[in-house]
Parts: sequence; structure tokens; C-alpha cells
Amino acid sequence: MWKTILRRFLVMIPQLILLSVLVFVLAKMMPGDPFTGMITPQTDPKQLDALRAAAGLNDPWWTQYFRWVGNLFQGDLGNSYAYRRPVTGLIGDRAVNTFWLALFTLVISYAISIPLGVIAGRFEDSNRDKAIQVYTFILLAVPSFVFLLFSLLIFGYILDWFPTSGYVSLNVDAGTPAYWLSRFQHILLPGLTAGLLSTSGTIQYLRAGVIDNTNEDFVRTARSKGVPERVVFSKHILRNSLLPIAAFMGNSITGLLGGSIYVETIFSYQGMGQLFISSIGTRDYSVITALTLLFGFLTLLGNLLSDIIMSIVDPRIRVE
Amino acid sequence: MEKPEDLLLDIQHLHTAFRVGDDFYDAVDDVNLTLRKDEILAIVGESGSGKSTLATSIIGLHNPLNTKVTGDILYNNLNLVGLNEPIYNRIRGNDIGMIFQDPLAALNPLMRIGDQIAETLVYHTKMTKEQRDARVLELLAQVGIPNPQRTFRQYPHELSGGMRQRIVIAIAIACKPPIIIADEPTTALDVTIQAQILDLLRDIQKETHSGIILITHDLGVVAETADRVAVMYAGQMVELGTAQDVFAHPTHPYTRSLLRSMPQADADDDELHVIQGVVPSLKNMQMTGCRFAERIPWVPETAHEATPTMHEVGPDHFVQCTCYKTFHFQDEDATQSEG
Repeated sequence: MWKTILRRFLVMIPQLILLSVLVFVLAKMMPGDPFTGMITPQTDPKQLDALRAAAGLNDPWWTQYFRWVGNLFQGDLGNSYAYRRPVTGLIGDRAVNTFWLALFTLVISYAISIPLGVIAGRFEDSNRDKAIQVYTFILLAVPSFVFLLFSLLIFGYILDWFPTSGYVSLNVDAGTPAYWLSRFQHILLPGLTAGLLSTSGTIQYLRAGVIDNTNEDFVRTARSKGVPERVVFSKHILRNSLLPIAAFMGNSITGLLGGSIYVETIFSYQGMGQLFISSIGTRDYSVITALTLLFGFLTLLGNLLSDIIMSIVDPRIRVE
Repeated sequence: MEKPEDLLLDIQHLHTAFRVGDDFYDAVDDVNLTLRKDEILAIVGESGSGKSTLATSIIGLHNPLNTKVTGDILYNNLNLVGLNEPIYNRIRGNDIGMIFQDPLAALNPLMRIGDQIAETLVYHTKMTKEQRDARVLELLAQVGIPNPQRTFRQYPHELSGGMRQRIVIAIAIACKPPIIIADEPTTALDVTIQAQILDLLRDIQKETHSGIILITHDLGVVAETADRVAVMYAGQMVELGTAQDVFAHPTHPYTRSLLRSMPQADADDDELHVIQGVVPSLKNMQMTGCRFAERIPWVPETAHEATPTMHEVGPDHFVQCTCYKTFHFQDEDATQSEG
């Protein structure tokens, strides 16, 4: 078990190296640099060159790459030109914001989708199932930003039940209970909406799994043993139906940690997704490269996590 | 003829109907059958003859939404037809053990072998965990698993098909049920393993004195294993008798055709005999008259009964319809040119 995990971890190293080179080269190929925005008719080109030389931007790309990687290992991702502070600290703050929103979203998503998926599968073709099907198809068919905007409009502005932007109110002191309450209030609306939006896939997988597994031979075997139907369902049907969901779980977790660009932008929530979009707008490329690298790393980590979860829940996956 | 104390199961006028569209069609049509202590009763017939449906009706595993079971299945003065689920669950596994056709699919892939066998004991005995584990190890040894301790902790995918079928048998016999239903237990296995599994079934039967219903379409299996044989065709029982009688004096045209279609290594002619036509589907089943008539068209209509009944042709030997009296095989050349 641990050997498998270690082996999978070692495989990640070359992937990460490749990813870092790619991210760096792509960032270099983007037109402009952090000083482009400072150019005015009065700017002295010589002064600009001096600034570029001082920042090391005139060195060959591989020198810059190794300097970047070297700094990366010391936790130094450079400075954000837009925010005028170290990228590490900036991303750190945003990651904490996104983490709480992601956790809440995930809990809401599974809390809604697992019961609905089970009901839809167990009572296939019933009116309950049909209602759930309609719900998931609407979610799948309508673009998510439409839901997010309407949710913000209705519950945020018209009904005024929730704060409409930010991650905390400005008038509370950090660390006080009022501060944490305020943070919670700020994740409620984006978290609930995003959680609802991410339920359709899980519901469909679970429904299909329950329907398929109900007709499996091993379920008939369980019934022929005289096992009560309630136990047949929980122990034999449901456990097998949860496998595909477990397979996606790792990626769901890390995917949410990357922050949702839609959710954070629409709710003006200061998280990773919003930082990513704004850094692209301002060509804040030390932030862009750092985030792209982080997102890539999270994807790899998500795959690893999924593999680990699968090997725990499904004995057939375990490699000796 | 039948001592009541030997009677395990008494099936009377059993009908099992499946819903097709809005209508119900009998897949098992008015079957009367008894299972006695200490015997292996084989039910044979082609695919679609209703033999598996009959077995599933006995253990009550049909989906009530699209299946209607009527008639009586008497076990210990208890009618299993229409029995409520909690009581039925006490009988399933405890009084009736079931062995399924496909051992590769019959075990839960996520559960350890030991737990799957022990599950039966959980719901039917008051054994402690230790007692259950001990019983499971005993069962694994009984069904011929070479290393019970190891297999106890293994998962189904780590075992071969033959081994898995032994596990399925261990599950079925865990509570020493007086009735064991084996639904084509050897169909999914290769021939050498088939013989081993049949030997195992026979040994278990001798040890526990249970009554076994062996469902199969393999006449070789029947000849080797069964004490009595029931031949089913299109949902009805057409012949019932001791294995000796049925094999030595097959009487119903269908039984005779079946036996003749068995390839014989030592036969004089090297012809492979077939029965023309197929078992009619549920929807196309003729509801009156002899159902086999359409596959023996050369037999005059007057030979059949309008409403076929069972006729006793010997001690403990029954045949449906009167067509057996005048039945003869058609000239082989004529059959060939027809086909």
C-alpha cells in the first residue's frame, strides 16, 4: 500500500519538472513584461532597460528558469507587481480563503447529491426519480454563471439575505468570534450555489450505479442468504455504487482548491480563482506562473489522491 | 407412495407470470412437484423452459413489481407463496440455500470471502464472531479450499472460477439448510472443474441428507448426479420420474428428443440429432393443447390431448399429454431435407 503510494509519488517528479518548464516558457512567451504598463511618453527607454536588466529579464531563459526554480525551493515566488508584495504570501492568503469556500462547497455538494442519487436510483422511474432527473438536466444545461448571477441577484440583492461581496466584513476585528461568523456568512451564498451546481454529475453516477448494481448477481446472492433488504442495499448495492464517486473525489477536492473562477469573480470573493483572473488582466506574471504551476500540481495531486482513495475502497485496484 | 415425513417441499399448481407490457405471461405454468429428503432432483429443459424461474419462485426472489406467483409452495406446513418478507428472510439461507450459475458475478467484489460466508450466519444464528469465523473456516475446508485461513481474508477476484463456485456453495450450506437449490452450478465452469463441483454437491448431499434441486440443461450432469428427473418444456412439466426410468424409458416425445440429441461416443450412427424449432417465447406460447406439438408436426393432432394432463406410466413416473403413446421419430432424411 505505502509502496504503491511512494511509487506514484516518484512518478510525479518528472511530471512536475516538465510542468514547470512548460509554465515558465509559456509565461516568457506572453507579450509584454511587468514594466510595459509603466511606459508613458516621458519614459526614458534607457531607464526601462536598466530596470529590466536589474530584474534579470535580459538573461537567457534557462538562466532565468533555474533562478526561478531555485527561488521556488526557498519558497520565494517573486513579487507581485500589481500587489507589491511577495507572491507566496499573497497566494497563501488567497488559498486560505479558497480552502474554506471549497470545503463548504464540497460538503454541500455531497450532502445534496448522495441522498438524491440514492433516491433516484433506488426508486427508478418513480416521480421522485423523474423530478431529480429534471433537476440535474437543468443544472447541466444552463451555464453555471447564469445560476451564479441570479443567485447573487435574488438572494444577495433583492432578498438581502447574504453579503454580496468579499470574504469578510470590514468592520470586524480579525480573530474575534464576530470575525469568523462574518467569514462564514460570506461563504454561505457562493458555497451553497456552487455546491448545488456541482451535484449533477455525482447524482447521475450514483443513480446509474445503484440501478446497475441492484441487478447484479451478488445482490441476488445476498438476498438468497436472507439478508434484510435494508442491509442488502447499504452493504452490497450502495458500497459498490459509490466506487465511481470515490474515483473522482481526489480531483474534486483539489479542483475546488484551485478556486472557481466563476464563483469567486461573480461573488467578488478574494480567492485563488479571482486572483488568477485579475493577475492575467494586469500581466502580473510572477503570480500567473506561480498559480499555473500550483494548479498543475493540484491536478497531479488530485490524481494521486484519487488513486489512493480507490485503492482503499476497491480491493481489485490494490497493487502488491 | 410418498411418506409425508420425507416430504421437504410440496409445490402445487405453481404459476409464475412475468409482465410483458401490460399483460402477464406464465413462465411457469401449473407445475406440481415434490422434493424429498435425501434426494437430488434434477430439473432439465432447454433455455426458456422455465426451470430457473421455478427455482427463483421457490426462494421468492422475483421482483414483485413485474412478477406474479400463484399456487402453493408448501414447506413445513408453511406456504412460501405470498409469504411476507421478514419471515421469508428467515427461511432464505437458513432453510433454503441457493447456488447460482455464474460464480464470477455471484460474489460481492468489495467483501472478503470470510465475511461473505459469515453474513449468512449473522442473520440466522446467535453465534459470536469467533464462532462464526470458526464455522467459516470449517466450511471452507468442507468445500475443498486448500488453504482456508488464507482464503478467509482474500477477495473474490483473487480466486479462480472453480474456487469461487466452492465459495458460493459454502455460502449456500453455511446454515445446513434442508433444501439446496443449485441453478446451473456448473454451466460457467470448464469440464474438469464441473466434475469436481458435482462430486462436491453429491458429498454434501450425503453428509447433510438435504434435498437438492439441481437445475441444468446438461443431460450428462443429470445422468451422473440425479435421483429423480423433472423435464420441463415451455413452462410446463412434461415428464417426471426416477433418473433410471427417465433415461432407460424416456416416454414424452420431448424427453426422447432431448436424449436422442445427446451426442453418443459409442453410438453406431455418427448423426447429430437436433430438435427442430425453438422453445416459444413467453408471448407466443400457445395457451391450450400440447405445447410440444408444434415441434413434432408429423404427429397427428388427434394424438394430443386438448387439455394435457399427467399420466402415470409406471411407479413414480409421470408423463404429460397422450401424444407419447403414438409418438415415433420422423424419418431422419425427411427431417434433413426439411431443415
